[in-house]
Formats: sequence, C-alpha cells, structure tokens
Amino acid sequence: MNSIQKNRLKDQLFKFWGIFCTLIGLVLLIVFIGDILIDGISRIDWGFITDLPSRKAEKSGIYTALMGSIWILLLTSLIAIPVGVAAAIYLEEYSKKNWLSGLLEINISNLAGVPSIIYGLLGLEVFVRIMSLGASVLAGSLTLSLLILPIIIVATREAIKAVPSSIKDASYALGASKWQTIWLQILPASGGGILTGVILALSRAVGETAPLIVVGALAYVPFAPQNPMDEFSVLPIQIFNWISRPQHGFIENAAAAIIILLLITFIMNGIAVYFRNKWQQKWK
Amino acid sequence: MKKLITIIALALIVVACGDKKEKAGDATSDTTALSGTIKVDGSSTVFPITEAVAEEFRSAQPKVKVTIGVSGTGGGFKKFSRGETNLSNASRPIKDKEKAACKENNINYLELEVAYDGLAVLVNPKNDWVDSFTIEELKKIWEPAAQGKIMKWNQIRPEWPNEEIHLFGPGVASGTYDYFTEAIVGKSGSSRGDFTASEDDHVLVQGIAGDKYSLGFFGLAYYSENKDKLTLIGVHNGEEIVKPTLETVSNGTYRPLSRPLFIYVNSTSVKQPEVIAFVNFYIQNAGELSKDVGYIPLPDENYKKQTENFKTFVESNK
Repeated sequence: MNSIQKNRLKDQLFKFWGIFCTLIGLVLLIVFIGDILIDGISRIDWGFITDLPSRKAEKSGIYTALMGSIWILLLTSLIAIPVGVAAAIYLEEYSKKNWLSGLLEINISNLAGVPSIIYGLLGLEVFVRIMSLGASVLAGSLTLSLLILPIIIVATREAIKAVPSSIKDASYALGASKWQTIWLQILPASGGGILTGVILALSRAVGETAPLIVVGALAYVPFAPQNPMDEFSVLPIQIFNWISRPQHGFIENAAAAIIILLLITFIMNGIAVYFRNKWQQKWK
Repeated sequence: MKKLITIIALALIVVACGDKKEKAGDATSDTTALSGTIKVDGSSTVFPITEAVAEEFRSAQPKVKVTIGVSGTGGGFKKFSRGETNLSNASRPIKDKEKAACKENNINYLELEVAYDGLAVLVNPKNDWVDSFTIEELKKIWEPAAQGKIMKWNQIRPEWPNEEIHLFGPGVASGTYDYFTEAIVGKSGSSRGDFTASEDDHVLVQGIAGDKYSLGFFGLAYYSENKDKLTLIGVHNGEEIVKPTLETVSNGTYRPLSRPLFIYVNSTSVKQPEVIAFVNFYIQNAGELSKDVGYIPLPDENYKKQTENFKTFVESNK
C-alpha cells in the first residue's frame, strides 16, 4: 500500500466514524421520541389540553400547566430579549477593549455555566422575598430571564460579529451615525442569528424545572394565570409530578405532556429556522 | 424587527384574552358560597391526597382557589413557619428546629393525621426461598456495617442460596428512604451505600422484576400497581408475620414499616371560613380519597378524633 492509498483509507475510515457518530444521537432521539409517541399519543385529545389536573389519570389535563408555560415564555422573552440584545450591542459596538470589558466577558461566559438551581435560589431571595413579588409568574420569568441572559448575549455578539464590516463601513461612509448604523444596518443584518440564539435560549427556559420549583411554582393550581402576579405551574413540573405517581395512567399522561412540550420546542425551533433563512436571503 | 415585535405583542394579546376556564362546579354544599385562596405546600408524598381533596372541594366551593406546591416536607415547613402558607403537607412530624422557627414568628399550628403509607419489602417472583423477614434480618442487610460484607443470601439465613444479593431502594433524598432507615436501622438516613438507588420508583420496580436475586423496598402503592411483577414479603413485627395490606397498615399490625402522613394548619388561617371548610372537607374525605391515590385510610374513629381536635383548635383561635 502506498501512501496515497493509506491516506484514502484513513479518509474513508474517518468518514464512516463520522457517520456513526452522527447517527448515535439521531437514532437515540428517534427511539426516545418513538417510545414517547407510543406511550402518549393516544392520550392527547382536546380534553387533555383543556382539563385541570385530577387524581384520576384519565380525567387529568394540562390546561393550567400549559397556560403557565406560555405566560412564562412570553414574559421571559419580553424581559430577556431587550436586555440581552442591548447588553450584547454595548459589548460589541461601544465598550472599549480594556480590563473591565475583559472581566465582563469572562463573567458572562461563567454565568452561562452556573447550574440552574442556583438561579432558582437567587430568584427566591431577590424576586420572591426582597422584591416581594411572591411565587408569581413575574418572579419565575425574571429568574428564567437571568438564566438565559448569558446565552442570548453570547449568541447576539456572535451574530453581530458575523456582519461584514463592509456594510458598517458603507453606512459610516454615507454619513450615518453610530445609532443609525446599529439600528438600520447591523441589527437587521444579524437578526437571523440573534433570533436563532434567542429561540434556543427560550427553548431551554421552557424546559426548566428546578429553578421554578425553588421559586415556588406549584404542582396544582386550579386556574390559569390572569396577570403577572398570579401563581402558576408549568409543563415540566406537571410532567415530573406525573412521572412520580405509581398509577400507570399517569405515566401515559406524562408521555402525552412530553409530546406537547416537545411540540412547543419544535415549533419554536421551526420559527427560528424560518426567520434565519428569510433574513439570510435578504442580505445575500 | 418591527414584525417580530408585532408577533410578540399579538401573542400576548391572544393569551390575555384566553379567558379563565370556569368549570361549572355543582354547588352541592349546603353551606354558603365561600371564596378566597388557600395555599398549601410541602411533601410530594402527601401531594396526591391533597390534590384529590382540592379537586373534590372545587365542586363544593368553586370560588375557593386551592394551590398546592411540592417543596418537600422541609421546604414546606420553611414557608409555613414564615406564615407564607395556610397548610403544610408533611410525611413526617415537625422537627424541633421547625417548631422553634414557628414559635419565633408566632405561628401556632395543629397537626392532623390524614392517612397511612406502607413501605413494602419486595423480591422477584422467581425467588422461592424467602417467605418473611425479621426486623433484625432487614437491619443486618441494610445497616451501614453491611456494606461490602453482607453480599450473599446465605449470609442472612444459611438455608438460602449461595448467590449474590442485589439491593434496590429509593434515593437518599426521599422521605421513603429516611423512614425506612429510621424504622429498620434505627437512625434516619443511615444505611449501606452499595445498593441501586433511584428517585424514580418505576426504575426500582423494573430492577426487581428483572433480577431473580434482588431485594428492595418502596411505597406500597407501587406494589399495588405491579402485583404481577413482584412478590410481596411479610415482615415479622415481634408477634407474627404480617404483609402490608389495607387492614394491617390501617390497624397498625404492620409495623414498623407503616407511617402516618400529616397536614399542618396554622392558627391565623382558621380565622378564614374557607380554610375551616377545606380542612373539615379534607378530614371527611381523606379516607376515601387516600385509597383512590394508593394510600391507606386511618380507622374511622381516628378521623372523628381529628375532626374534634380541629374543632377545638378553631374555637380556641377565634
């Protein structure tokens, strides 16, 4: 075997290894989703979406948990997106490269690695007790906003960095101010990337359980939140609660609720992909 | 960007308009319609009973909102002692430290037993040698000193097979584990560490069902749901061998592996008529509803006693 053949063989081997690695994750995911679908799909009907939790598995529904999750999602977006994007713009466009910005940067990356339960404890002390918001949707959303802020900031910065400097230079050359350049050129150009980051971050928020349990999200609420100060439950807590019940009917319920939760994240990711493609076409 | 903002705004409006779902509950209650919010938090073990009671209470008093959290018994008492909740679910009696915290905040309370929970000791159905355990034998298997030493069935009784014993039990953070170790080893939270622990009892069921030489314990409700996959083992209570059933747990002969479950009521809450109504409803229906969710009712006279205790407590805090 000469060296060309050897190299080709290595190349082929690596290719198959790569295919194998790609398939592991995919196959596991398919098996998991298939399993959940078999367990839960027959349980999903309109009643399951609109009923309150019950001690009887077959009468139980996810109405309050689903509404709680939607509230949390919307409030968290309203809080985390403006703050996160603004922080990223500042860091990327305004801040000078000195030790302070370096420190900020390291800390933001560190925050992204802090376990979520720690954010729960922070939320309990600061939002629930000191700001006396109680175990409300608002307190839960603020806590989750803190949790996903670092992710949004990092993603937004990456997106802004990816905007070609030719666009910026052209804007300045035409006499645009910094603000005009950011608002009219940089943000639209990086919009797809920012949105992808934001939606991935929100997908994480919608699946969080631990920090919300600490903040005081409930397992049984007979009403959907009417305003940000109301108490709430969320889907992951409902799922967790059902999984720990001995009756088999609740396992089915949990599987069905998992399908709904997966559906929400899939739809969110779908939206992200759609907007990214749309924005990219516009800027090519 | 504008489009995005419009979409978010629209979504918000849609949710804001999605009106609360009023389930028309039949007002079967003969008392006047009450309203208000009752906050309950605490043990996730007691949660299913309180959830069932709250669910039924809705049809009696549709305007009373009962909310239930699952912070665990300790977490529940923390909130209870700060006066943040009206009732606290507990799978063990209140500890001295928690009592002190209540006193500090001037919170007086009443403890009410609502049901029993039995701990089942289980083996694989193919296991044909074990018919019962004594407390000493269970202790010998589970105590910390057994780690790495008691590894085979014939070390417990010589006539049992010379095969490895595989142990399964709930995770060390669970109240079930605390209770079992307290009842068997004598010290809560103290046991050998080399057993398969899982927070998810369904995993334990699978583990024991798939292993001929297994031994495990967990809440009786999980056995009731998996009778065909597991064999229930009786425990010698000092006089006779008893298997946990509705009767033996309820009349106290299945000891020491049965425990009472509690709710705690604070004295300021019983000034609210809806809390009084809810607690009375709870005591009246706990027997039937605890059976529904897999627990064991107290004997009738105990419920009567709880009702009287509660009545006195309400009177004295008027």
